[in-house]
Amino acid sequence: MSGFSRTRLWALCRKEARQILRDPSSAIIAFVQPMLLLFIFGYGINLDMDHLRLGLCDEDGGPAAAEFTAQLTGSPYFEITGASRPRLDLLLENGDIRGYVVLARDFSRLLDSPGETAPVQVVTDGAEPNTANFVGAFVSNAWQQWQQTRARDRGETAVRGVEVQTRYWFNPAAVSRHYLIPGSITIIMTVIGAMLTSLVVAREWERGTMEALLASPVTRTELLLSKLLPYYTLGIVSMVVVVLCAVFVMGVPFRGSIAALFLVTTVFLLSMLGIGLFISSTMRSQFDSAQTTLNVAFLPATMLSGAFFVISSMPAPVRMLTYILPPRYFVSSLQTIFLAGDVWPILLPDIAFLTGTSILFLALTALKTARRLDQ
Amino acid sequence: MNMNALHRIAALIRKELHSILADQQSRVLVVMPVILQVILFPLAATLEVKNNTLAVLNEDGGHASVELEQRFARAAAFTKILHLTGADQIAPTLDEQKAIAVARFPQDFSRKLNQGISAPLQLLLDGRRSNSSQISAGYIQEITTGFVAERLLAAGGPPASTLVVINRYNPNLDYRWFVLPCLVPIILTISALILTALSVAREREHGTFEQLLVSPLTPEMIMLGKAAAVLVVGLFQASIIILAAVFLYKVPLSGSLALIYASSILYFLALVGVGLCISAICATQQQAFIGSFSFMMPAILLSGYASPVENMPQWLQTANWINPIMHFIVIVKGIFLKDVSLAFVLENCIPLAIIAMVTLTTAVIIFRRKFG
Repeated sequence: MSGFSRTRLWALCRKEARQILRDPSSAIIAFVQPMLLLFIFGYGINLDMDHLRLGLCDEDGGPAAAEFTAQLTGSPYFEITGASRPRLDLLLENGDIRGYVVLARDFSRLLDSPGETAPVQVVTDGAEPNTANFVGAFVSNAWQQWQQTRARDRGETAVRGVEVQTRYWFNPAAVSRHYLIPGSITIIMTVIGAMLTSLVVAREWERGTMEALLASPVTRTELLLSKLLPYYTLGIVSMVVVVLCAVFVMGVPFRGSIAALFLVTTVFLLSMLGIGLFISSTMRSQFDSAQTTLNVAFLPATMLSGAFFVISSMPAPVRMLTYILPPRYFVSSLQTIFLAGDVWPILLPDIAFLTGTSILFLALTALKTARRLDQ
Repeated sequence: MNMNALHRIAALIRKELHSILADQQSRVLVVMPVILQVILFPLAATLEVKNNTLAVLNEDGGHASVELEQRFARAAAFTKILHLTGADQIAPTLDEQKAIAVARFPQDFSRKLNQGISAPLQLLLDGRRSNSSQISAGYIQEITTGFVAERLLAAGGPPASTLVVINRYNPNLDYRWFVLPCLVPIILTISALILTALSVAREREHGTFEQLLVSPLTPEMIMLGKAAAVLVVGLFQASIIILAAVFLYKVPLSGSLALIYASSILYFLALVGVGLCISAICATQQQAFIGSFSFMMPAILLSGYASPVENMPQWLQTANWINPIMHFIVIVKGIFLKDVSLAFVLENCIPLAIIAMVTLTTAVIIFRRKFG
């Protein structure tokens, strides 16, 4: 076997780059898809309940009930529909409202008699648990506020309790987009890194051009590098596009340094490329390779990385499993770099792990490729 | 259609099933991902807040703050309490995500509370996980309110009027009850769409598609054969998920199982239509895969599973009408949890039927023009 040749590597890279540029689907996956996903995450995925459709059934009709109704209707968070109970039940079943408030018949009377508690009921749509949580909390808040205002207006000295003052660090308005976008960038980079390479290399195996390459004087290192460099470049370019878009179009704050971002992105891309290459050299066909990448790289990046779903709430075995997944570390680093800054106690372990996985998968691929040659 | 044509289609379906299930690796890929997804996703996909660490900085040390602190520790949301000793520890605790939030009791907390003055409790939360933080803040608020109410009652005051929250269809707001009915459509989509889109592309790449075309089969029959094979595999996968939902995860199936299967068939037609359209346009497997992926990703993310459809901007909600997954999730979740009326199911089946009709017709037209 001949030694490492820079000319040959350059030629191979050119071949690969030409292949990328020739197929419109590569451009779609590198540029169109990322932008599309970013916009979906930015505008479509929104966990902030700033507009809840609620029903209201006022069976009491008294002045106090009317006052509380006004308080609810006046809130910018609610869109209130008044109706009878059976009607509200139907609206709830059809998902037209996510909850309703019932002020029972003797609401005003009970409210004014000392020692009684006024019957107020909130019925939520449990089929949407996250929204239901917010409905319960928001209406409770409105109820407490109203009671306090009412006591003050009547000149009663309201017994003040504990006043919980909340402050959200790094994200004062608690905008879910700010943490969902760094998560979505992870998913996008997984797609580019693992999916595209696994397909491309599987095609070479399927069509037999890989054997042809292996029979040529090309060394294993050159071959691996020729697959890595063009796709790494592609990944970095689309990372730049996506980050610019996130910061300047979607208004996500960027508090860390470019150097830290570059470092984390590099090790993550390398481990994703490693996984993609490893899968495609293990599987025999593009179809199987695509299916495997989808299940091994893409779905875990979506479900188990912490991009949407909170890892700490998962059961212990699943939580353990997330520790071996590279996307988990990228999500944690990106969220920190974007929202908090260069917090090295978080970034360093992430980078160390990602470096480890890149080396592991690239080494496995090299072994696998060599073994194929022996057959 | 005469017997001969039926016979041919039957043979074609057998051939399609054979090519999907021919070798060990392909068979594994039909069953394994579904099982894996059904085991992992319901456990992973949760927006609930559990097992978190709450940091407490108690500068007060009085009876009230210690009591409140103990109540926080008993909440299911916080399994660990981290005691801070100085204000300088707050920043690193939050920065390094050692806790989701820091609750800080200022020096005169207990004194103020005893004097009936409003006592501030500072709650600093990690905005990097704003949804969990908000829910955690809700829990803290709830615990605090309960604590204050009990104190008032003990002091002989009138009971505070509280409101009663009832969660219909899902009394404990178990996130799995929400996730599993959503997963039926999603898992089916992933496998059925890729299977359809790639099966045509694979035949075209290998040149066997031309062989099919020169046989007595019409393009419609070829498509019908592919659709039927995907339907068989898909219904099998759907059954695995439904069984797991009911028996493994104990999600109550309040509506009719027959209705789920009936609407599944319609949903499959819509999916197969989309898949065939993609494969009609694409020349290679790579393109077909990327094409189906480009459709699937947005469709899944906007289906109402990742976040509620009503939170999206109006234009996106309108555009989302063409998303078959969204309609099917509404149907399956409605049947599972709400035992919705037949009229409601039918109403939501209309968009599915329209999508199926449009995509299947389009696919036939493209195929005819290309190969007819």
